[in-house]
Amino acid sequence: MGEFVVTLLTGLSSAAALFLVASGLSIIFGVTRIVNFAHGSFYMLGAYIGVSAVHAVGGGAIGFWIAILIAAAAVGLIGVAMEVLLLRRIYRAPELFQLIATFGVILVIQDITLWIWGSEDLVGPRAPGFTGAVTILGQRLPEYDLVLIAVSPLVLAGLWLLFNRTRWGTLVRAATLDRQMVSALGVNQRWLFTGVLFLGSALAGLGGAIQLPKGGADLLMDFNIIAAAFVVVVVGGMGSIGGAFLAAMLIGLLQTFGIQIFPNSTLILMFLVMAVVLIFRPWGLLGQPEIPGHGVVEAPEAPLRPADRGLRIVGAAVLAVLLLLPVAHLIVPSLVGDFSLVLVIEIMIFVLFAAALHFIMGPGGMVSFGHAAFFGGGAYAAALLVKFAEAPMEIAFWAAPAGAALLAILFGWFCVRLTGVYFAMLTLAFAQIAWSIVFQWGEVTGGDDGILGTWPSDWASSRIAYYYMTVGFVVAGLLALRRILFAPFGYTLRAGRDSPLRAAAIGIDLKRHQWVAFTISGAFAGLAGALFVYSKGSVFPTAMEIARSFDALLMVLLGGVHSLTGPIVGATALTWLNDLFSELSYWRFLLGATIIGLVLLLPNGLVGLGETGFGRRLGAAPDREVPA
Amino acid sequence: MKVKYVLTAGVALGVLSGALASSAPALAADEIKIGDINSYTRLPAHTIPYRRGATLAVEEINKAGGVLGKKLVLVSRDDQGKPGEAVKVAEQLRSRDKVALISGSLFSHIGLALASWAKQRKALYLAAEPLADALVWAKGNNYTFRLRPSTYMQAAMLAAEAAKRKGAKRWATIAPNYAYGKDAVAAFQKVLKKLRPDVTFVGSQWPGLFKIDAGAEVQALAALKPDAIYNVTFGSDLAKFVREGRTRGLFKGKLIVGLLTGEPEYIDPLKGEAPVGWLVTGYPWQDIDTPEHKKFLVAYQARWNDYPRIGSIVGYNTMLAIQAMLKKAGSTDTDKMVAAMKGLSFDAPTGPITFRAVDHQSTMGAYVGWTVLKDGKGTMERWQYLDGAKYLPSVEETRKLRKQ
Amino acid sequence: MTPAVLEVVDLSKAFGGVRAVQNVSFSVRPGELLAMIGPNGAGKTTCFNMLMGQIRPDAGAVRLKGRDIAGLPPHRIWRLGVGRTFQITATFSSMTVRENVQMALISHRHASRKLWRPAAETDSGQADALLDRVGMAEQGDRACSVLAYGDLKRVELAIALANDPDLLLMDEPTAGMAPRERIELMRLADEIVVERNIGVLFTEHDMDVVFAHAHRIMVLNRGELIAEGAPEAVRANEQVREIYLGSSVKTGETGEADAP
Repeated sequence: MGEFVVTLLTGLSSAAALFLVASGLSIIFGVTRIVNFAHGSFYMLGAYIGVSAVHAVGGGAIGFWIAILIAAAAVGLIGVAMEVLLLRRIYRAPELFQLIATFGVILVIQDITLWIWGSEDLVGPRAPGFTGAVTILGQRLPEYDLVLIAVSPLVLAGLWLLFNRTRWGTLVRAATLDRQMVSALGVNQRWLFTGVLFLGSALAGLGGAIQLPKGGADLLMDFNIIAAAFVVVVVGGMGSIGGAFLAAMLIGLLQTFGIQIFPNSTLILMFLVMAVVLIFRPWGLLGQPEIPGHGVVEAPEAPLRPADRGLRIVGAAVLAVLLLLPVAHLIVPSLVGDFSLVLVIEIMIFVLFAAALHFIMGPGGMVSFGHAAFFGGGAYAAALLVKFAEAPMEIAFWAAPAGAALLAILFGWFCVRLTGVYFAMLTLAFAQIAWSIVFQWGEVTGGDDGILGTWPSDWASSRIAYYYMTVGFVVAGLLALRRILFAPFGYTLRAGRDSPLRAAAIGIDLKRHQWVAFTISGAFAGLAGALFVYSKGSVFPTAMEIARSFDALLMVLLGGVHSLTGPIVGATALTWLNDLFSELSYWRFLLGATIIGLVLLLPNGLVGLGETGFGRRLGAAPDREVPA
Repeated sequence: MKVKYVLTAGVALGVLSGALASSAPALAADEIKIGDINSYTRLPAHTIPYRRGATLAVEEINKAGGVLGKKLVLVSRDDQGKPGEAVKVAEQLRSRDKVALISGSLFSHIGLALASWAKQRKALYLAAEPLADALVWAKGNNYTFRLRPSTYMQAAMLAAEAAKRKGAKRWATIAPNYAYGKDAVAAFQKVLKKLRPDVTFVGSQWPGLFKIDAGAEVQALAALKPDAIYNVTFGSDLAKFVREGRTRGLFKGKLIVGLLTGEPEYIDPLKGEAPVGWLVTGYPWQDIDTPEHKKFLVAYQARWNDYPRIGSIVGYNTMLAIQAMLKKAGSTDTDKMVAAMKGLSFDAPTGPITFRAVDHQSTMGAYVGWTVLKDGKGTMERWQYLDGAKYLPSVEETRKLRKQ
Repeated sequence: MTPAVLEVVDLSKAFGGVRAVQNVSFSVRPGELLAMIGPNGAGKTTCFNMLMGQIRPDAGAVRLKGRDIAGLPPHRIWRLGVGRTFQITATFSSMTVRENVQMALISHRHASRKLWRPAAETDSGQADALLDRVGMAEQGDRACSVLAYGDLKRVELAIALANDPDLLLMDEPTAGMAPRERIELMRLADEIVVERNIGVLFTEHDMDVVFAHAHRIMVLNRGELIAEGAPEAVRANEQVREIYLGSSVKTGETGEADAP
């Protein structure tokens, strides 16, 4: 009995930090519709600033709590800075474009934190007066756990009062329900957004600071909390604070009891919960269905035109350069080194991966946060055939797109029932489940130690042979995807994105088409995975981790989601920038700053460059007719 | 619209020219380049000391005239904690920078990826820190060698010491939920069971790496009612585990054994809260008073104005191994270097080290002792240096482990 | 008498405790224009959405050419021969006018899963013919997103005709249009109905349009059918006059949602 009670209380206390972070994320999303990936970074900053503040103020009985509040407020101000300097300038950009900006912020904050606080983990100061333990039914429970148990409902109550008893809070609630209504009421949207960013970020900072007595500050905190925070927000229902509270408590308790019953379940449990909730309650426990047209009204995409002469010439030129590169390598190896081929192979693989994601994201309007499941899933399908059947490359290679397609059929069946952010989150959940399985099922997948020895057959093992093979598959893959988009299927996909209502009213079974599209996209991502696994000679769970999914997302968004060339340009630019900066010690800062710069300069992605003032000065004709 | 395509082409050509420019070789005849790959951004607290140790050794070697009449040059690169990136960087180091060999890495999976690459490309890879047993056994290959004592060796050392404590019969374990944690638990169980058939393992907890829910894990361990606990958690997980376990009284009256817990990388951040009375492997750098180590310590502190961590001594020893190997091989030809690595012996600040020919594992040992608080900081007492050679399986057994 | 193309019997729907539609029965014959009118909140849109499959009725039957279609999803109902236009036009904004019509034709031929032959080459002649019929032939290459609202309504009409429907459902067909455009669009609808012998059910706020074009009119109030018959009879109905506050009030403005 004592054990049960104390375990219960432990679960409730461990949910506190999660609730604070998730509620902030939820508030920001509810009002601004921005999926703030940098929220984990704010949590981390809350912890670091908290440590410094305790040192500065002195950790006395009052000083400690003042320091915690200072940390929360400081992080709130950092959130405001992000809103004013960055997000405010790109609210009119295509949906989810703000994601890239928050990615950039993550990278910048990582290096700034390392630079300010150093690389060593900081142990959190203890809360004065709460360092001991109380005995409950013969079991010991840290006193600070009781503090944490009290914090969540207090914050929840405070938020409730704020949202229901103040004019500002009422506006926030109204904006969460319908943003256009608020702007119609003549409310200054800017200040509303800035205020919301302050509140949401401060909550993340508070979460980071308040957990200090239980842990500390380290450089991996940002990524470690963000996935969990998203799970809580989605399970609770995006934009719902009460839902976030409920979900945090639920997940906290499930984790605590789950660890005792299934000690191995630590990685997978949370994502299983999310998948189950989304399947049965697609908008989370307390969420509401998305109102169509709720967000920013986007400029309509221009009709698809076949490649004109300009594009054909550029395409042919790029292809010619690609085909001639190895020749140049043989003639002047001093100028075109071996590594040029390695780099181009890598770029080509990510181009195909990004194009596969773009296929559903652009024309299909389905944003996947978990596409690495298919990239890595394909890679693993091939590698497993090599490991267990000693299959030669000619056979195992094809297992990758086939395996990825099967995986996509399975995941897609659940995912296409949802739309928008909920679709994205369910793909993330499935990707994490797939990752956990690969990571934990050591006997089959090798777990973290991966699968080694997946090298090409002899005929393809030379660098140049593999180079041509990659170029061949990627170019064929890109052309095939393009062909499908110009075919009735691609048009149907876009039709469903433009107007699901009209699509249904002309007899289109949209979900079925989306399911097929998801599968096609998965197969091509798997093909990219096959090229990857044979170029590296090994595969590890990192091939399907969240960061890999985000890489692809970043490539598509950076290139420009509304153009078929977007993913190609985005993947090329990002892979190349990554390589360019990776030799420098603060490459994350540079890459992050470059991304932020690009986002500010080119809110339509890199291929949108032609539509900016800069492009027009160069004599570019506008791409679309201007609505009267 | 045209401009869009021109720009597309521009980006593409820019990348190609970038690739071209970056492939200009910078080969100097009087240098031997060593390609160093490590997770410098993912785990800087562990890898920066490594690079400092390696850099110090290279500087000392060059000051003394280099090797084979040439200066050693360390080309350091970050792998971002991703195996795929590590393989790419290895390609780049080999083809563009013309390094003679690859060394480094901390994460096991990255070490394994580099080992597989080394085999395919027929390049020498000296793994410095990755602990996975598979690196030299199940997945060992002709081109891969490892310096640091492996998971098995360190677990075996602890198991041998733990076996002497007759009271500890009911064991529980806690380890991060990935290959290293699993290997470390399996090795410890195997060796302890062999030495003490009377012990039982009553349960294992597997928190996610750096995602420990410490309160819950401590509760779960307490529920198992063990009289000894074997801990493999490290880093931020360890800090949380120790604080929570102490507050909840988990450690009271129990024998606690901690793999790597005594290494400065892990025990120092805990400051005054470092665990006391744990049996651990570690690196008591302040107290090692062999002349070789003292010399290293003084030089390191003078060069970096900081004390060495375990990574520092591993980095330093790695470069000493490369120096000795090059001297023995007399060339940077890969086959000759590989031949020289087999059975290579050299003297390091930690004592003499030999790379076994049978499995390419070095006999570098580890310091085993009991944690203690000294001047508000955790360190080790009653420690001894255990030679790795004594904790490795016999040549016969190793052959079986190493299938190839 | 020709058999009815659409027969609705005792259709009912409640949201929470609110009865949006109660026991509504009516039928539409081929070549007939039936108008459904009523004040805001009378249940017109709910009724429409049940016919088209967006909302599942609580009770009652919807028979299309004798087959019960109640509860089928919208895309299935369309396949059985029901075209639809929306109160706020729904077209594919990233496509040209012609492509919008082509989409409907492609779907009609069950060709929407073809992966290879370019869509542009599919059914373009037929699409042009339909566009010609609604007077939009010249604008086939323009993007739908740049059309004037009245033209969009015409495109919608062309799309709705693509599967040769037996029944056309038009929700506020003239909403948001200038008076002259309204007359032209309804004249077009009149012609097409006669030409193709289609049954049409439409809702409309503009009483001038209703009384000038409808063959029959049904009046809903608070979810119930209160009157039905020829325009003159409905105009004379006391209850209807009461609801519309004395005489044939013209409610000019449009576009308000008919919330349940």
